[in-house]
Amino acid sequence: MTISRRDVLLGGAGLAGAATLPMMGSTPSLAQALPKFDPEPGASLRLLRWSPFVKSEEDAWIANTKKFTEATGIEVRIDKESWEDIRPKAAVAANVGSGPDLVWVWFDDAQQYPDKLLDVTDLAKGLGATYGGWYPAPEAYALNRGRYVSLPLATIGNAVIYRDSWVKEAGFSEFPKDTKSFLELGKALKAKNHPMGFTLGHGVGDGNNYCHWILWSHGGEMVNDKGKVTINSPETIAALKYARELYLTFIPGTESWLDVNNNRAFLAGEISVTANGVSLYYAAKNDPKLADMAADMRSVNLPIGPVGKSVELHQTTSACIFKYTKYPKAAQAYLSFMFDAPQMNAWIQGSNAYCCQTLKAFASNPVWTSNPIHAPYAKASETLRPNGYAGPLGPQSAAAMADWIVVDMVAEAATGQRTPEEAARRAEQRAARIYR
Amino acid sequence: MADIAAHRASPSPFRAWLSRVGQGRHLLGLLFLLPAAVFLLFFLTYPLGLGVWLGFTDTRIGREGVFIGLENYESLMGDSVFWLAVFNTLLYTIGASILKFALGLWLALLLNQNLPFKSFFRAIVLLPWVVPTVLSAIAFWWIFDAQFSVISWALIKLGLIDHNINFLGDTTNARASVIAANVWRGIPFVAISLLAGLQTIPQSLHEAATLDGATGWQRFRYITLPMLSPIIAVVMTFSVLFTFTDFQLIYVLTRGGPLNATHLMATLSFQRAIPGGQLGEGAAIAVAMIPFLLSAILFSYFGLQRRKWQQGGGD
Repeated sequence: MTISRRDVLLGGAGLAGAATLPMMGSTPSLAQALPKFDPEPGASLRLLRWSPFVKSEEDAWIANTKKFTEATGIEVRIDKESWEDIRPKAAVAANVGSGPDLVWVWFDDAQQYPDKLLDVTDLAKGLGATYGGWYPAPEAYALNRGRYVSLPLATIGNAVIYRDSWVKEAGFSEFPKDTKSFLELGKALKAKNHPMGFTLGHGVGDGNNYCHWILWSHGGEMVNDKGKVTINSPETIAALKYARELYLTFIPGTESWLDVNNNRAFLAGEISVTANGVSLYYAAKNDPKLADMAADMRSVNLPIGPVGKSVELHQTTSACIFKYTKYPKAAQAYLSFMFDAPQMNAWIQGSNAYCCQTLKAFASNPVWTSNPIHAPYAKASETLRPNGYAGPLGPQSAAAMADWIVVDMVAEAATGQRTPEEAARRAEQRAARIYR
Repeated sequence: MADIAAHRASPSPFRAWLSRVGQGRHLLGLLFLLPAAVFLLFFLTYPLGLGVWLGFTDTRIGREGVFIGLENYESLMGDSVFWLAVFNTLLYTIGASILKFALGLWLALLLNQNLPFKSFFRAIVLLPWVVPTVLSAIAFWWIFDAQFSVISWALIKLGLIDHNINFLGDTTNARASVIAANVWRGIPFVAISLLAGLQTIPQSLHEAATLDGATGWQRFRYITLPMLSPIIAVVMTFSVLFTFTDFQLIYVLTRGGPLNATHLMATLSFQRAIPGGQLGEGAAIAVAMIPFLLSAILFSYFGLQRRKWQQGGGD
């Protein structure tokens, strides 16, 4: 069978339909429902993505890209940057109107310069209709005034990782599901000299994840749905009181931790419980010296607080196309191909539970049941709550997160440097400057 | 022959113009200055001017701003994090500069002695300056780690402390730690520059003073220090400027934490402008550094370079 360039004019990926690729999971390619894009003659693309945390994830993406190039003749150059450097690079590209055609951005980056991004509404709607719809929270990061300015690519799940034997030693046959018994576990572990440790420093991922969970699980919120600052509330103060009690069970020094510190402490056996991406498990699993530790590791979603449901920030990454690209159709064809079931399934599989699907149909990917440690990460897009909740996403939510308002507030109260009331008041003042 | 002579007598207009340019000192000087001037204009004046302009606008990433006058500055006046960053920057600069000067001068005086392996020591001293900042910052990140600090480990093994020192978690410790890391990096620059200055001081002055019965302190106070002061002025001006605008060390070690205790104006400016997307406000913070930097330069030139003081006189 010959696949012509036209066949792959993707939206449809005739490739996948031709069943030349192994089917993974139970999500068949339904790409014929997607809009078609006729790539510009002579097109070539440049993608800027974050450096991989899991090597096999990158390998899968590159393999998919190679298939795209073979099918269409469109060369795709993939550049990598450290994940925290993506934001400034994408920002500069947006401002100067030159740079990579596609970028994998983080959080509300796409909301900072929506006018510079290509409208991908047709493709997003097509993908949503084809693959069971988008999860609402990742979708919120991509939607701007009713149009899609990016495609939600993945939620990088954050979950509790713990040492099972130590939790049992502390008298807990199973990991607590609510914040109250979680605190009791913390106290028991501390008494056994196996303290917990959660990031309270300026760690973009882990610090924000933990502190937003503290706030949201107790019903606190930065602003209300009208964008009015409401962080100084009884719910927030209750959250901060809880944070203080929990902090007393931690290993000392967590207020200085950045994103890497909790991994190091966990792998050195200094802490028994932390929250992290699944990469922490693989760091232990891939090290023969840590085989016993890896076998003892378990994962679970962060406990549910008074708010009554699981609410977490996680990290969200979206793929966007800059308007300045000379090849907008080729870029959309590329994304359409990569989101199509065979490729997306292969990529999710390759990411070893690091990247959680944003389209509901991919929840059946076998990666989620291949190892029990993956299970909580499968729910990342479901438990995800967008930054700046309950207000709109945009420059203000991005600025508030960048200014560490929630992290500083929780750290101030947890370490006892301010009372919960003072910390909430100070956060309110800082937020008010941004949400003017 | 006559033709040749006539030709020689009346050169072409272009050659005549070239000759005038070659002989005119002002025009030639301007021509030689031109490349440097163009370079400065594009790579210094333009970015600086753009930064100042952005500070007066509400430019955000991906959106052109409009002129809003002093609104960014008014907003910063009421921003406690900005004032904390100003305080941190001053503390960091003053603390680190004093230590770098004292230790750098001491090291320079030591290296100026006739020590064995003098050249070797002089080369070794330069290492902290040669190592890229990011690398030394990562080394310090480990040294100051809350769990794995080699300092804490050594002190515990020696029985001097019973738990790890919270270097970067406690606000006071964190400030002291980042200053220490900056001092370690900056000492070689001060020491080697001052050593160069020390070697220009004629030995005969010291010999004459010794014959007159001057003590070591008196020779230092009335010969070494005054003769070194022009170098000190230049070196410390640079040192203060480097320290005041430091970014990498803080960014790697603490990201401005804990609780913004180590946020400098440079790191806050970046945080607000790029991750925060508020380019106008970030630029305003950067521009707010200029008066401090100018003050440091003026103090250095009009204070430390006073001839009367250099000649050993009082104020």
